[in-house]
Amino acid sequence: MSMVEAIRDAHGVAMERDESVVVFGEDVGFFGGVFRCTQGLQERFGSHRCFDTPISESGIVGAAIGMAANGLRPCVEIQFADYMYPAYDQIVSEAARLRHRSAGDFTAPITIRMPTGGGIFGGQTHSQSPEALFTHVAGLTTIVPSNPYDAKGLLLSAIESPDPVVFLEPKRLYHGAFAGRPDDRVIPWNEHELGEVPDGHYTVPIGKAAVRREGADLTVVTYGTMVHVAATAMDESGIDGEIIDLRTLVPFDIDLVLASVRKTGRCIVLHEATKTSGFGAEVAALVQAKAFFSLEAPVRRVTGWDTPYPHAQEWDYFPGPDRLVRAMAETLAI
Amino acid sequence: MNPLERLRARRAAEDAGEDPSMTTPEAAMGRMDKPYGAHDPTLPPPVDSTLDQAPIPLEHRLRMYELQQEIRQVETQLHRLFVMGLVQGTSHLYTGMEATAAAFGTLLRSDDYSFATYRGHGHTLARGASMKGLIGEMLGRESGLLGGKGGSMHLTSVEHGMLGSYAIIGAHLCIANGAAWSARYRGTDQVAVAFFGDGTTNIGAFHEALNFAAVYDLPVVFVCENNLYMEYTPIGQITAVEHPAADRAPAYGLESIVVDGNDADAVYLTARDALEKARSGGGPSLIETLTYRHGGHSRADPGTYRPSAEVEAWKDRDPIPLYHQRLLRIGVDESTLTGIQTSVAERVDEATEDAKAAAKPDPSVIFTDVYADGGYQWRN
Repeated sequence: MSMVEAIRDAHGVAMERDESVVVFGEDVGFFGGVFRCTQGLQERFGSHRCFDTPISESGIVGAAIGMAANGLRPCVEIQFADYMYPAYDQIVSEAARLRHRSAGDFTAPITIRMPTGGGIFGGQTHSQSPEALFTHVAGLTTIVPSNPYDAKGLLLSAIESPDPVVFLEPKRLYHGAFAGRPDDRVIPWNEHELGEVPDGHYTVPIGKAAVRREGADLTVVTYGTMVHVAATAMDESGIDGEIIDLRTLVPFDIDLVLASVRKTGRCIVLHEATKTSGFGAEVAALVQAKAFFSLEAPVRRVTGWDTPYPHAQEWDYFPGPDRLVRAMAETLAI
Repeated sequence: MNPLERLRARRAAEDAGEDPSMTTPEAAMGRMDKPYGAHDPTLPPPVDSTLDQAPIPLEHRLRMYELQQEIRQVETQLHRLFVMGLVQGTSHLYTGMEATAAAFGTLLRSDDYSFATYRGHGHTLARGASMKGLIGEMLGRESGLLGGKGGSMHLTSVEHGMLGSYAIIGAHLCIANGAAWSARYRGTDQVAVAFFGDGTTNIGAFHEALNFAAVYDLPVVFVCENNLYMEYTPIGQITAVEHPAADRAPAYGLESIVVDGNDADAVYLTARDALEKARSGGGPSLIETLTYRHGGHSRADPGTYRPSAEVEAWKDRDPIPLYHQRLLRIGVDESTLTGIQTSVAERVDEATEDAKAAAKPDPSVIFTDVYADGGYQWRN
């Protein structure tokens, strides 16, 4: 099952189990979403459960907050993560703080889905990875799945979560396990073990990272598309690294990360988003504070360049396997 | 009933003291419950034959014909280049909507400002940006308008007053206000024009920009090119009023203006009035041009959610053959028009060869133009 199908399936399961779940956003009802993640939901559940909205991101998220505070469980789609800025006020000032501000009387259990990341020549307005803008805000949960199995299980957890969740879907992974080399064949999910998605309801817990590959030499902490890029880098270089797929950025699974770093003694954080004040900085700070005496090398970050996402130079911008191999070599002093 | 007729009928009903029918939530839900693709077709307005006699200088008409040809032929070529694998990423074609950009492109002064959305190839060409620069940008070459940094959705040519294509729609209406304000501050009579689609009228920035422009009487013209679809969704299904732009105009003290966007002369006359008004200190205008895109929202979209009767009817109202016929009727020789077509085709071919031959930019350009002082090193 592709990641698109897994996300669609998660919506169906959630809406079937709980009639308070409603789904809306731009083109999600009638058309089924630009990436087809909500295809068939309006037909199956009716237009009072799955409906189209105007281009109005602030309106979408604001309405979701009002619904959630009054008994519904909205799961809304922002068409591209790059379009969320008009809704940022609603997300930061309202959704994230409703519980605290009302001393627990009101909550906003909403899920805000948005496709994230580059790799489709979308240029500066269709490629961004804004996760750090959410992880910086107290009150938000931020999730980035790296495969269909997790996408379905985490989306169900998100919809069932009592708190607002930002659910970032790496668009380059929708149809296959893109591994960082644009000219190589992308393994479709139906040929990948993590494309095996159970029917019906299951959840992947929020706040739990996963070890994707065990290794002894160093730890690569990453998430989303970069989980597969890390695997390519290790396959090609022969470096025996351990890959940790965070799956949830906040809450952060620090125990798993620390256990790995204490074992390997070396840590690299890999993400596609820009570097400065990115989530990698948070990981590096936590690792050095809590595992300082296990570290044999400085924690390094491999990230997108600190520039807008360029158009024609997309693959020079993207932190592919070669950049990670170089960083791993430096970290291992080889 | 086409949208122009509906508007007129509604105005007549209002004038007669009748309540205009309101859209209820139930009615909106009822519309959305219709099966996929089953909404009623919206047909184009009839051609206004009186426009043959419109007081438009012949040289302006020939320029509008040429611009429409340029835009159509460049985009047709871009499609071919895409099939050949030379254009990377998506693009949003303007095919079928050329009349609006052509009319404004003919009227705008070289020091005026314009702003467009991701569907901005036509608006960029209409300001005089070169085909070489545009095709080069689409092919990601050094010769591109932005050296490959921008791509289809972000075309900009400050040199030609084209202050950019804004892929996240709405923001640019506010920025156009700022450009207009700067013109007045500097004591010039420059005008800013912001082009956008029907979908943009539902985002907050549209309403903020209109109020702002009206409050300060800014020399700005807002042009809503209503092609009936917000991406994949019929605009009527997610908008509270019939005319997404014109019906909102009175809320900001502006006149409701709906014009046939598939007739360059109709757009020209309306645009001329609005530009003159802005230039002479009369304040902003909001114009809604009724039009249709021949293809889908983007290159990936075949547009099958549209009723076929609607697509066919609008393709029959293609602005270019319409204009060709008008020019023949008013006495222009067929050979003159064929000559324009051929000359445009030659320039498209030449620009294509130029772009194909141009070098790919060095990857280091990623790091330039991030800060004024180039001081990016500490970050990367």
